[in-house]
Amino acid sequence: MEPHELTLTQASGMLASREASSVELTRAALGRVEAADPRVRAFVTVDAEGALAAAKDADARRGRGEAGPLLGVPVAIKDNLSTRGLRTTCSSRMLEPYVPPFDATAVARLKAAGAVVLGKTNLDEFAFGSSTENSAFGPTHNPWDLARVPGGSSGGSAAAVAAGFGFGALGSDTGGSIRQPAALCGVVGLKPTYGRVSRYGLVAFASSLDQVGPFGRTVADAAALSQAIDGHDPLDSTSAPRAVPDYAAALPRGVKGLKVGLPREYFVSGIAPEVAAAVRTAVESLAAMGAEVREVGLPHTEHCLSVYYLLATAEASSNLARFDGVRYGFRAPASGVVAQAMRTRAEGFGPEVKRRIMLGTYALSSGYYDAYYRRAQQVRTLIARDFEAAFREVDVVATPTSPTTAFRLGEKADDPLTMYLSDIFTISANLAGLPALSLPCGFDAAGLPIGLQLIGRAFEEPTLFAAGHAYESAHGWKDRRPAL
Amino acid sequence: MGLSEKDVDHVARLARIEITPEERSLYLRQLNAVLEHAAGLARVDVSGTPPTAHILPLRNVWRADEPAQGLTREQALANAPDKSKGCFRVPRILE
Repeated sequence: MEPHELTLTQASGMLASREASSVELTRAALGRVEAADPRVRAFVTVDAEGALAAAKDADARRGRGEAGPLLGVPVAIKDNLSTRGLRTTCSSRMLEPYVPPFDATAVARLKAAGAVVLGKTNLDEFAFGSSTENSAFGPTHNPWDLARVPGGSSGGSAAAVAAGFGFGALGSDTGGSIRQPAALCGVVGLKPTYGRVSRYGLVAFASSLDQVGPFGRTVADAAALSQAIDGHDPLDSTSAPRAVPDYAAALPRGVKGLKVGLPREYFVSGIAPEVAAAVRTAVESLAAMGAEVREVGLPHTEHCLSVYYLLATAEASSNLARFDGVRYGFRAPASGVVAQAMRTRAEGFGPEVKRRIMLGTYALSSGYYDAYYRRAQQVRTLIARDFEAAFREVDVVATPTSPTTAFRLGEKADDPLTMYLSDIFTISANLAGLPALSLPCGFDAAGLPIGLQLIGRAFEEPTLFAAGHAYESAHGWKDRRPAL
Repeated sequence: MGLSEKDVDHVARLARIEITPEERSLYLRQLNAVLEHAAGLARVDVSGTPPTAHILPLRNVWRADEPAQGLTREQALANAPDKSKGCFRVPRILE
């Protein structure tokens, strides 16, 4: 097997048994990037020099007797997570020259665990999008079909893992930005419980919804990354002061007696028949392994999209006020501070970023606050209560991750509302703050991957890992690789 | 409750974004489409429902008031588009 076909767990095993060194795996990963990334375009920045230095360091640490599942493992990082000394652009012209003076906590923890950062992956500008087409540096292509999108906004990280550019990746998920691209690229992605992972050093989009999370080829791979990045951080006041359970120990728990809910509101018109069929088959498979399946109701589902686009854009309009051309990034000179800020933002931001800032500014503006922003926050409460009620009856809720498989580049680019609908199944977990896992559950007739989403109770990531691991161990989806 | 061109100009000014006439008509159409979709929220009965700002049961989070090393002045200024004498440099504010 070629190194780029390995899972993180396999690569980690080879490092532990000294079958391979980190320098060898890192060289192989960089070679794979050089050969295939000109077609995929998963990376904004590749840091070959930094990666090889980190790999040498990891090999030296192992030589001194250190061990650990990530020691010497090459990974990729979404380019909205700050990396000390390594350009962090958010795929925006606004931050094109920006070099952070610190690491995001999630990045610092991966480095401390010995992971090797290969580079920074492409995203929809400031994570605003569902296709990675809104990048100032051009779109990323889906490794399964280069004419199609990888999903978004963490499309670069999902495509990197699918293509074998490293053995795992970090992304961020505000409305589905880890899970939807994971589904469209045929890999595993987790949106952790809000507060489970520090947001320190993640360039903020919507602070009450954003969460950093892992991509892997398998559930075990994602769990290993979660183990390293999860946990309280004094630098993030919304990080939860709770102990992190042992995820590897949870993996073999199985699904016997697990109560799985199918929300009737999620199997409606607009969902591709092959996607609905694959998800139902996957749930039947969980039942065959001992899970109990029943229907549940999430009656406020139809309002999730509206609530999300009002709250997320309102928070974004506030968070992105900092980009004024004074302290960092791009500046378009003009006479006067306000004129300069207005021109800087006109030239530095792309169309989707401007659109969302404008929508959020409107939702917060005088006279409309109660009708839009406050009402959306109230409906958010009702959506969270829907899940509380469902989780009194079941342990996990199973849904499709995305209503369709990967769509063609350009297909939805001119119609923001249609594009927003591709997040329709993922948004609710962000609004309710719940953990949600996407994993492959089949392929459509065109050979494109389909994702199954499992949503759990707050801080019950171990239940999701156990169910996901049981499912993927009984099927061969995780062993398929795109022909690149 | 749709937006007018005047509203779009007002919002762009609040958001500190210079827009062209073409952008004004594009955003007018697209923002109205999103707001039309959001109008469905008016049908939801929210009487007596408290708003959710975030889902964690946390109130204020305090740390001990102890000095710690932050960024140095050099680090803080390293990404500035324009700087002078250890400060960020901006256009003249007072005439």
